[in-house]
Amino acid sequence: MADGPGVAREASREERAWEQNTLRPTLAKSPERQAEFTTISGHPIRRLYTPADLAGWDADRDLGYPGEPPYTRGIHSTMHRGRLWTMRQFAGFGTAEDTNARFRYLLSQGQTGLSTAFDLPTLMGYDSDHPLSEGEVGKCGVAISSLADMEVLFDKIPLANVTTSMTINSPAAVIWAMYLAVAEKQGADWKKISGTLQNDILKEYIAQKEYIYPPEPSMRLVIDTFEFAVKNTPKFNPISISGYHIREAGSTAIQELAFTLRDGMEYVEWGMRRGLDVDEFVPQLSFFFNAHSDFFEEIAKYRAARRIWHKAMVERYGAKSARAWALRFHTQTAGCSLTAQQPYNNVVRTAIQALAAVMGGTQSLHTNSLDEAWALPTEFAATIALRTQQIIAHETGVTSTVDPLGGSYFVEALTNEVERGAWDYIEKIDAMGGMVAAIERSYPQREIAEASYRYQRELDKKEKIMVGVNDYVSEEKPLEILQINESVALRQAERLRKLRADRSQSEVDRRLNALRKAAEGRDNLMPFLFDAVKAYATVGEICDALRVVFGTYEEVAIT
Amino acid sequence: MPEKKIRVLIAKPGLDGHDRGAKVIARALRDAGMEVIYTGLRQTPEMIATAAAQEDVDVIGLSILSGAHNTICPQLMNLLRNKGMQDVTVLVGGIIPEADIPDLKKSGIAEIFLPGTSTQDIVDFIHKRVEQ
Repeated sequence: MADGPGVAREASREERAWEQNTLRPTLAKSPERQAEFTTISGHPIRRLYTPADLAGWDADRDLGYPGEPPYTRGIHSTMHRGRLWTMRQFAGFGTAEDTNARFRYLLSQGQTGLSTAFDLPTLMGYDSDHPLSEGEVGKCGVAISSLADMEVLFDKIPLANVTTSMTINSPAAVIWAMYLAVAEKQGADWKKISGTLQNDILKEYIAQKEYIYPPEPSMRLVIDTFEFAVKNTPKFNPISISGYHIREAGSTAIQELAFTLRDGMEYVEWGMRRGLDVDEFVPQLSFFFNAHSDFFEEIAKYRAARRIWHKAMVERYGAKSARAWALRFHTQTAGCSLTAQQPYNNVVRTAIQALAAVMGGTQSLHTNSLDEAWALPTEFAATIALRTQQIIAHETGVTSTVDPLGGSYFVEALTNEVERGAWDYIEKIDAMGGMVAAIERSYPQREIAEASYRYQRELDKKEKIMVGVNDYVSEEKPLEILQINESVALRQAERLRKLRADRSQSEVDRRLNALRKAAEGRDNLMPFLFDAVKAYATVGEICDALRVVFGTYEEVAIT
Repeated sequence: MPEKKIRVLIAKPGLDGHDRGAKVIARALRDAGMEVIYTGLRQTPEMIATAAAQEDVDVIGLSILSGAHNTICPQLMNLLRNKGMQDVTVLVGGIIPEADIPDLKKSGIAEIFLPGTSTQDIVDFIHKRVEQ
């Protein structure tokens, strides 16, 4: 029957007999609910998957065994039987004191890693007292303007023992220098500290749009962190190559996968051009995917991701170490799937999405809180989100076996299709001259905008249903949410005024000048950033020094 | 003579770069026959008011997700008043706590569209408002 995704398939005699004798009479009597079934991304789904959908598929070759190439079943041989994923809830709001308290609360509740959200001024390289920061200080994350703030943020949290993820991109190298300075002050060994810097500038141009500098110098900064990490912090991931934001911007699952992995390849190529050894630096690159609501499509996406990365590392870059072949990833459930309406339903959505991430073999996970379509989470909402992971880990039994869906006709066929779709995009981007070139042509931006508009039309026409939004609507009481008031900005401004009065300005000027000079040349900027932050130069001052040399980036807005 | 098209400025104020909503709305209004100008990212209230005056728009649509609405909206409304542009309909779409809505409306914002609003509702609102 030609109702599949256009793949030639030959049904067995038994399958054809079933169609004739059982299916046809049923369809004649009661037609199906829809003429076509598609994933949330619009990918066509067949009525039934059988061995005919896996023609040419070889279990030993295409599925393999966990902990071995092509890693379809996971990157560890025992997966979640050996060690559960890291439960890493993204948190950050208000001042460093506010977020430090939330961090310590989450750790006391059984969370196993930290993840820092910074506010928009910090993400854009402005101090809290910059005019453009007005109204934004401490709102979408914690306000960090200098090492003094960073010291408060990690006060009484031993960086030697806890892994920390930091969601920051354009000023990532600056914030990382601050983190390393705090670790040094605590006496933690850089060789042992572990964590992840997001530092993925390519997806900023593609999706989230928190960029400062043009692509070329931005990529240099990223590669500087790779080089520094290889030598100094072997357990730290200097990057988390992120599909999350691409998906949130409205991409399909295949686009998320393709653009993220092609971004990854771009970083590998730039690292190699710097003279870094693939087998040395690639094991420190990590990935970050979205967990959306279409359960099987998401699981197929994670499985395909591992297979594509392995193939690319072996065939394109000649990597010889298994640590370079194995794609490690963090997952966050889909913020864009959550509804402001009937917000308690979001607990259910998040649980299903988290289940997909776990069954897809994630290494760490953030589960969104029920109130995230309204505001940053309250402690109450953040606790339920963490409990959701603990319930999956300890009550559902899905962690008892590795890759529980492996061998399912449907999941294997979908994994193949998603992989094929992603390679098509990757090859298209290769032909454009790589991801930086594709971004400059707005190619991924345009593909995502098309997909997001298509989905909105489907919602408007009720071809896709969002419960509580375009169907099953009901009256409800407003939710109690976290409000960040403007006193945060005042406290930050006061702290900055004191900082500038107390530090040695001549030392700050000297180190910022050294940084500027180095930026004009080709030296790795990490040591210069480290010097500057230790003299308490602010995020804004450091980013301004680089703005002078690098210039700033403006995108061509497409609608 | 063909009817004059409704002119809309879609603006993305503040430091936030999440432009999915702004772009979807821009396209939906264009598909509904309106003339749409999109400002691009990180516009200050001054830039938005100036663009609105230059483009002689009937409607300004602000997309704000970052929590900066209580700062940005009153600033923009003051600027519009000073420029004698009280007739321009100003709409806000995005993540706005319900508790903030009364004050935003008092400042002159015509309507606030929360997540989940269908694009048709926004099109209908603009038609009704501009034709009044």
